[in-house]
Amino acid sequence: MEFALTLEQRQFDDSLRAFLKDRLPMERLRALAPAGIGFDDDLWNGMLELGLQGLLVPERFGGAGLGILDAAVAGEALGYAAAPIPFAGSIVMASLAFMNSATESQQDEYLPQLAGGEARFAVAFAGLAGQTGASKATYADGRLSGRVAAVMDAGSATHFIVYLADGTAAVVEANAAGVSSHMHRSLDRTRPTVDVTFDNAPAARLDAANDPMAAAKRVLDAGRIMLAADTLGAAQNMLDKAVAFAKERVQFGRVIGSFQGVKHPLADCVTMLEPCRGMVWYAAHAQDMIREEARLTACHTKAHLSDVGREVARMTTETHGGMGFTDLLGLHYWFKRISFNRQLLGGPEICREEAAALQGWLTHA
Amino acid sequence: MDLRLSEEYQALQAEVRAFIAKFGDRSPKVGGGRKKPDQKTLDWQKILVEHGYAGRTIPKQYGGFGAEPDVMAAAVIAEEFARAEVYAGLTNQGISMLVPTLLEVGTDKQKEDYIGPTIRGEMIWCQGYSEPGNGSDLANAQTRAELKDGNWIVNGQKIWTSSAHYADMMFLLCRTEPEKSKHEGLSYLLLSMNSPGLDRRPLTTMTGRNEFNEVFFTDVKVPEDQIVLGRGKGWYVANVTLKHERLMIGDAGKMNARLEQLIRLCQSSEIDGRPIITMPEYRDRLLKLQGEVIAWKAHNLRLLTEAAQGAESGVKRMIIKYGGTMLGWRLSSLAIDALGAAGLPYETLGEDAEADDATTWNIDYMYDVGLMIGGGSTNIQKNIIGERGLDLPREPKVQNASAIGRG
Repeated sequence: MEFALTLEQRQFDDSLRAFLKDRLPMERLRALAPAGIGFDDDLWNGMLELGLQGLLVPERFGGAGLGILDAAVAGEALGYAAAPIPFAGSIVMASLAFMNSATESQQDEYLPQLAGGEARFAVAFAGLAGQTGASKATYADGRLSGRVAAVMDAGSATHFIVYLADGTAAVVEANAAGVSSHMHRSLDRTRPTVDVTFDNAPAARLDAANDPMAAAKRVLDAGRIMLAADTLGAAQNMLDKAVAFAKERVQFGRVIGSFQGVKHPLADCVTMLEPCRGMVWYAAHAQDMIREEARLTACHTKAHLSDVGREVARMTTETHGGMGFTDLLGLHYWFKRISFNRQLLGGPEICREEAAALQGWLTHA
Repeated sequence: MDLRLSEEYQALQAEVRAFIAKFGDRSPKVGGGRKKPDQKTLDWQKILVEHGYAGRTIPKQYGGFGAEPDVMAAAVIAEEFARAEVYAGLTNQGISMLVPTLLEVGTDKQKEDYIGPTIRGEMIWCQGYSEPGNGSDLANAQTRAELKDGNWIVNGQKIWTSSAHYADMMFLLCRTEPEKSKHEGLSYLLLSMNSPGLDRRPLTTMTGRNEFNEVFFTDVKVPEDQIVLGRGKGWYVANVTLKHERLMIGDAGKMNARLEQLIRLCQSSEIDGRPIITMPEYRDRLLKLQGEVIAWKAHNLRLLTEAAQGAESGVKRMIIKYGGTMLGWRLSSLAIDALGAAGLPYETLGEDAEADDATTWNIDYMYDVGLMIGGGSTNIQKNIIGERGLDLPREPKVQNASAIGRG
């Protein structure tokens, strides 16, 4: 029994964090924020050198063939840096969509482009994800019609993968006839949301899974775990910043971190947050290795991290006093990142409701 | 990451399961706080010691099973007992604190005299640490012991002494070198609770039971060789004891077993014919707790892995006492709410009897608050987490603190 990251996983994490620290300092984050498209060529290409895009893609299609846990480690690092990189959708969920639901020839067509960073597939759900906003799409005879609201990681998408009500999916090129997308800069300027309308757009169907709904849920669950990992990283960053601030700031002739009124909330934050790391690892590991626990732990992890993230975001912002509320420190980028993660792919209320349904608790006789 | 047990531990797991299948029906009931071991508990403890599920790493010469220390084996055993909701053996202060302390710094005679009866539950110890004037500031102990004619003469008072009303022995932190500094003036003595001049006055707690006591010492004689390690070494020995307390891993298996009990309770408890698990307000609380327990279990797997590797876990371990007692209390809180009005009849049938389910949950609900206060209160834990874990500065020292404290 060993519940820890391997040396390779830690090295990958270190190199990712070192790159992001170097290439995404606060001034760069600020420079990218006004556009709000959630994408930057320099960062994307740097990630390519580190092998991020092909992380989950099988080796025969040009990837590294690693697992959801490796992806969760990367997700935490990206959240820590508030990186405008379409990771959860275009890298993790898209890879799984093809691996779970595409034919061999479709995989051969799409996965190398994905691993090579040339194509970015935004993943949308027409109704399964538990998001607000009207989404509905239908597929017939190679054509997709409908509308999906608040698609994440779609600000620079070259394609859309749209999950339909029956768990199959359709792939559409973003610049195909009949596709019109409307990007919203979101509360979180490091990532937008995009509403997309399809009007008889040419589409390729992904329906090779034996159990399409189960395959779709696996994609959703992995996405939820990535958002939870992102929140973990973002909250850890806020806590680190608050602790550093509490060691410097002097009031009433004392460093404020020596006041129990400041120290104890920070102790509360670490007490809430640290077990979340094990939770994210466990849920990610379960996706690949403990199938019978995969759905339940994914739902709970998204829900729990959303709640802990919100608490840590508030308490660490308060630690900074008035400065925490200003734009000057930039702390708000992480606060908003955590808010964004909470609302996408189902908030805690929906995720817990799903967890209840999985256990037969909704209509227990 | 690999959550499978190796063959060695799979074999151990099978062995524990077979043991529980064979003997499990002799186990006393789990939960309900700490109390004096009754005959059923003592008989069970004896079986556990014989099979190596209690006193597992205690050398055979002192009555134990003589296994090598192995946190993974301990975890496998604890997990199986928790899963089966079978009592995993006594966890009193003698067993978890004094025995490892004696093994590390005791004399041969002390080990021979005390370890065997303690792990069998025949000798109950209490911890003479806290005093009216020192709750969290342990090193400020003022109970004195002077050496006269081959005996320590002890005078003073201890308080919050758990189990003292039925304990046979006490390990006592007292001041033997008053001319030395606060920490260097302490010694660690072992004494009989039946010593003349020792007066124990039980304090009835909010559970209605006597959980702890005031203990008064008036010229109590303790033979000179009942000191552990030597004069002025008391603070060091006390820290050895605390180190062993800190090494105990937060028991996620027990937490999970409590969650499972709570789920069953929410499924069986009804209001006007509706199971409360189908009611959103109750169900949401249960789901939040389930999520927290999943996180807690995963966190414990991390700690267990680090312990097995001999790594320091730092702040990850420091949060266990605070986080674990709070989570335990939230679980028992929902349990008494699920029992509701029908769970209000409360009869603790003395310390030798098992209470009914509702009373047991209510005892746990209150006892959990006691756990938050005892053994380094929640606010002290937050100081430890903040100062040692996050490296935040300590409170500035109050000038002339001793003058204020001794009033």
